[in-house]
Amino acid sequence: MIEVRNVKFVYNEGAEDEKEALHNVSFTVNDGEFVALVGHNGSGKSTLARLFNGLLAPSSGIVKVDGMDTSDKKALFDIRKTVGVVFQNPDNQMVASVIEDDVAFGPENLGLASEEISERVEWALKSVGMAEHRKGTPFRLSGGQKQRIAIAGVLAVKPKVMVLDESTAMLDPLGRDEVMNVITRLNREEKMTVIMITHFMEEAALADRIIVMRDGRVAAEGGKEIFRKRELIESAGLELPVAARIAAKLRERGLDIEGDVTLPGELIDALCP
Amino acid sequence: MPIKITDLNYVYSAGTPFAKHALKNVDLYIEDGEFWGVIGHTGSGKSTLFSHLNALTRIQSGVIQVDEFTMTGNGGKKLKRKNRPDFKALRARVGMVFQYPEYQLFAESVEEDVAFGAKNIGIKGDELAERVENAIKMVGLDYEEVRSRSPFDLSGGQKRRVALAGVLAMHPKVLVLDEPTAGLDPRGKKEILDLITEIKAALCPTIIMISHNMDEVARYCDKIAVMADGELKLTATPKELFTQTGLLESLHIEMPQVTALACALASRGLDVSGAALTEDELVEEILRAKGVTA
Amino acid sequence: MKDVTIGQYYPVSSPIHRLDPRIKLLAVILYIVAIFFIQKFVGFALVAVFLLAAVFLSRVPLLKVLRSLRAVLFLVTFTMIISVLFYSSKTAEPLWAWGIIKIYKQGLINAARMGLRLILLVLGPSLLTLTTTPTALTDGLESLLKPLALIKLPIHELAIIMSIALRLIPTLMEETEKIMNAQKARCADFDTGNIFKRAKALIPVLIPLFVSSFRRADELADAMDSRCYRGAKGRTRMKRLKLHFRDFAASFVMLALFFVILVLRYNWFGWAFVAALI
Repeated sequence: MIEVRNVKFVYNEGAEDEKEALHNVSFTVNDGEFVALVGHNGSGKSTLARLFNGLLAPSSGIVKVDGMDTSDKKALFDIRKTVGVVFQNPDNQMVASVIEDDVAFGPENLGLASEEISERVEWALKSVGMAEHRKGTPFRLSGGQKQRIAIAGVLAVKPKVMVLDESTAMLDPLGRDEVMNVITRLNREEKMTVIMITHFMEEAALADRIIVMRDGRVAAEGGKEIFRKRELIESAGLELPVAARIAAKLRERGLDIEGDVTLPGELIDALCP
Repeated sequence: MPIKITDLNYVYSAGTPFAKHALKNVDLYIEDGEFWGVIGHTGSGKSTLFSHLNALTRIQSGVIQVDEFTMTGNGGKKLKRKNRPDFKALRARVGMVFQYPEYQLFAESVEEDVAFGAKNIGIKGDELAERVENAIKMVGLDYEEVRSRSPFDLSGGQKRRVALAGVLAMHPKVLVLDEPTAGLDPRGKKEILDLITEIKAALCPTIIMISHNMDEVARYCDKIAVMADGELKLTATPKELFTQTGLLESLHIEMPQVTALACALASRGLDVSGAALTEDELVEEILRAKGVTA
Repeated sequence: MKDVTIGQYYPVSSPIHRLDPRIKLLAVILYIVAIFFIQKFVGFALVAVFLLAAVFLSRVPLLKVLRSLRAVLFLVTFTMIISVLFYSSKTAEPLWAWGIIKIYKQGLINAARMGLRLILLVLGPSLLTLTTTPTALTDGLESLLKPLALIKLPIHELAIIMSIALRLIPTLMEETEKIMNAQKARCADFDTGNIFKRAKALIPVLIPLFVSSFRRADELADAMDSRCYRGAKGRTRMKRLKLHFRDFAASFVMLALFFVILVLRYNWFGWAFVAALI
């Protein structure tokens, strides 16, 4: 679905304050996968988010979406139809003062007929559990609700891939749960490919695959076994999910715990067979 | 003298159909040198309560005492200058660090920005320079390296530290922090929390931290105040609060992850105490229950 | 701050609220033109009755509508006084004279006419903004101005700028308040000193506000691009403005009012005809 090959990205190339954000990054994301992209602030995660749909073009290397090269300006419209991005601050993603108008913005840009736009708005708002707010304004909503509206706005374009660029970072725990529930449901039920950029390891633990970024490089990539590498995770400015941390400490103290423990339930099962 | 809040009430948009009772009969006593955590959902009145402490919110009814400063409600009317404390002195005493404080930076250099508050309370010359230098060092930045740089060129974490330094340079004795770790990565979070502990030891003995993160609160605070619907529901130590499962549920407060894990283990028959607040406590409990001795 | 409503939209459901914004905009334009044609008091009375009927239909409390006069009260009084004082006539007897101040009957009539005209001029558009959301107004304007896009005026861009501005005003007001509080917490003083001192005191508010507005603009642009925005090219709208029977009815009433005012002004067909009509 998405292929990132030998990508280098330099901000302000050639200028005095040029800064290399990505060095030779390669990975692929498959159809229907839920991938977590984790790393410290400034590790290059958010630059990647903007490379996935051609908001930025790589300084060298190739990013391909469904076979289309993101450096090809003519393909941009189709690339953005395929890859939707939800950003961090819900307040900075809304274009209209009425929720249905905001969600309609994407499909309107696709040039769809009025009836179809309206249907998509209804469907997208339902998908995020906000259908009853259709005619309301976003101003009085909670952070979690606003972010769900932003997700609906991206969903209404019907992309195959949804990228979430730290979309839960500004939310309280309640809002974070709301958003994560929506995302996991979209991935499981609607088979949407999800790339979740985050530094909450509890969220990353829900993904099929985890890519750890450190200083602009892929430091590690893999399934949950990655949480066994405590030093690697910590060197990337992150911490293990709490269950994995406790499992690691128990192992250090000589208690044998089988399997890859990342979620609380797994630790409980391991300790209370 | 510590902080004493007596029967504080606050109504937004009073007298209109939109009126909202944001604070209801709040009584709170905070001893010098305590580290308080304040929890409660968005809109529970936490921020309104603490913005009273430095008179950013005008007191409507009730009494607030902070050291020698006393503010008494006057039905929402502006108090005459002679009947109210000197706000500048009060604001220097009660430092307030808002959410995402990096968005308040404005000056051309880090040094100038940090000096802003101290200058406003009349600190000048050598003392000002010294306070600025100490504040920048205290937040863990390299003074010589950053002093003349533009605050806008720093990284997000550094900006937050500069903003914090700007409050510290006023030498507050009470520091109110509204979600100081919001948006930071795990390492950044830990660094800021450790920094707050250092500040508490070195400069500002009383800390009030508003937080959504129960693990942070359980780990760092001595006392916790729980706000809901404009009421101060209770004050307790982390141990007292997080072991009352029923109460937590009725207030819609989640447990710290460690405590939740301990409770789940206990309910599955493992002989661990459900009161474990930190990872190390839980690890010891599990090892004990499993009969593993070091 | 969260209760900020932009403009003064009064959220109830009424036939006037439901009218197509384009019809309302055109009606207000016609209304304003009509007022300039009025010379006789019977014309003002007619327009006032029409306006009262519209207010009644709109279910907006009359007081709420009249409140919009507060802003122009001074202007109205001032113009009226000036027009009374400065009217002079060589032939007519002054009603009252004191030194060089002479007050004529015609001066009073002129002042009354001027006052009525100003008051009616303000009330009409304010009924429009009370019964139409800013978004609907923007859509209406865009639709009405669409022909100008043919001569390469960026109508779509202007409309989207307006709609984003409307969307961001509450956010920026909230942000301003937050920054002001943060600086007050650092003992900034916005309330004392002379005008220069106060202006200077705002720098610590304005700079962060600008910085954050630019950041927001950047992020918003990214979010819009990500949702396939390409300007007006190939863009359709979910809500197409559609004219209903009520819109034609309203247009007819408005045109009729305009016609009657013209009749009164130019005495077409003679007065007898108008009298017969009424």
